[in-house]
Amino acid sequence: MASLRDIKSKINSTKKTSQITKAMEMVSASNFNRAESNAKKFVPYMDKIQEVTASIALGSKDATHPMLSSRPVKKTAYLVITGERGLAGAFNSNVLRLAFQSIQKRHKSKDEYVIIALGKMGREFFVKRDMNVILDITGIADQPTFADIKDTVNKTVNMFADGAFDELYMYYNHFVSAIQQDVTEKKVLPLTDIATSNKLTSYEFEPSAEEILNVLLPQYAESLIYGALLDSKASEHAARMSAMKSATDNAKELIDSYSLIYNRARQAAITQEITEIVGGAAALE
Amino acid sequence: MKTIKVSVVTPDGPVYESDVEMVSTKAESGELGILPGHIPMVAPLQIGAVRLKTQGKTDIVAVSGGFVEVRPDKVSILAQSAEQSDEIDVDRALRAKERAEKRLNDQKRENIDFKRAELALQRALNRINVSDKHF
Repeated sequence: MASLRDIKSKINSTKKTSQITKAMEMVSASNFNRAESNAKKFVPYMDKIQEVTASIALGSKDATHPMLSSRPVKKTAYLVITGERGLAGAFNSNVLRLAFQSIQKRHKSKDEYVIIALGKMGREFFVKRDMNVILDITGIADQPTFADIKDTVNKTVNMFADGAFDELYMYYNHFVSAIQQDVTEKKVLPLTDIATSNKLTSYEFEPSAEEILNVLLPQYAESLIYGALLDSKASEHAARMSAMKSATDNAKELIDSYSLIYNRARQAAITQEITEIVGGAAALE
Repeated sequence: MKTIKVSVVTPDGPVYESDVEMVSTKAESGELGILPGHIPMVAPLQIGAVRLKTQGKTDIVAVSGGFVEVRPDKVSILAQSAEQSDEIDVDRALRAKERAEKRLNDQKRENIDFKRAELALQRALNRINVSDKHF
């Protein structure tokens, strides 16, 4: 049996750990609230741009654009959104596993795909496996703004336009609720399925539908990616919050069971001492 | 006077929302003025200022490109970034201007980075102008 001192130090270190996890839980909770409100603020922009894009792309038949039509696929790009750190439960590993398995299944050689990693965990994962990471952003803030990722996203969309790759898939954690996040695969480019629920409006184009698509479609694709990043950030904070909550709970349980062992050991030591004293006194009589 | 609802939206949230009598801005194809009752229209914008007039007062919003969508009841301006004139961080814009100028001096003309630096310079100048209201 462990000595009293050993058990005591175990209790103390578990207490320290639980203090840290508790603090991290609270930080994540506040980050999560802000991330959720950021995601909400983005909704009007996304809705509007989707509506206008759908109206123009679907409304005028003669409007064609390279970003709207599929072409033979020689190279596929995978954009994987992960977090900057671990300690968020299965958040990072889920999305990396799905991306990794899909790539393994679809491609035989390394020349058929490229990877764009948003987030340090994803970048390290793919670099370690020697896969083609062509673009990455690390050090994404907990509450990213559009300006933070604009350059990279812009480059990504331009690379598609220049023919560096022929389709773009995106992998990220979609936020469902504070306790549920689903890993999602989404095809970003070419923009073949522009969903629309509203009635299409017919517009005058100034100067022409093509000119507008040239401005609109890259902006639309970029906002799809930014939307996914916000979604993923909300998921990350939620995942970290629940991971840290269960860590704190586990630490409490551990402390309780250690305290029980400690008290038993203390009791046993006292009982033993009394027996020894009584035994000693009896021997003297 | 008749008014029309205007909103300027960016990925980081709405920047301006109000009822105004006239919107004037610079589209790719030239200066564009929108009054209430305009036909539905979409036009890409240049990096520049959007002027919104109400009751003799003019609000100015700096936008970095994007486009304007006009509907019978509403005008929406969608830009990747936009600031109202009094919310512009002038120091930051000045720093961005210096950075872009330095880069323009270092680079060759046909370089992609050259174009990006040029755009960055335009955005910075636009912000500085709008904050000084030099229009």
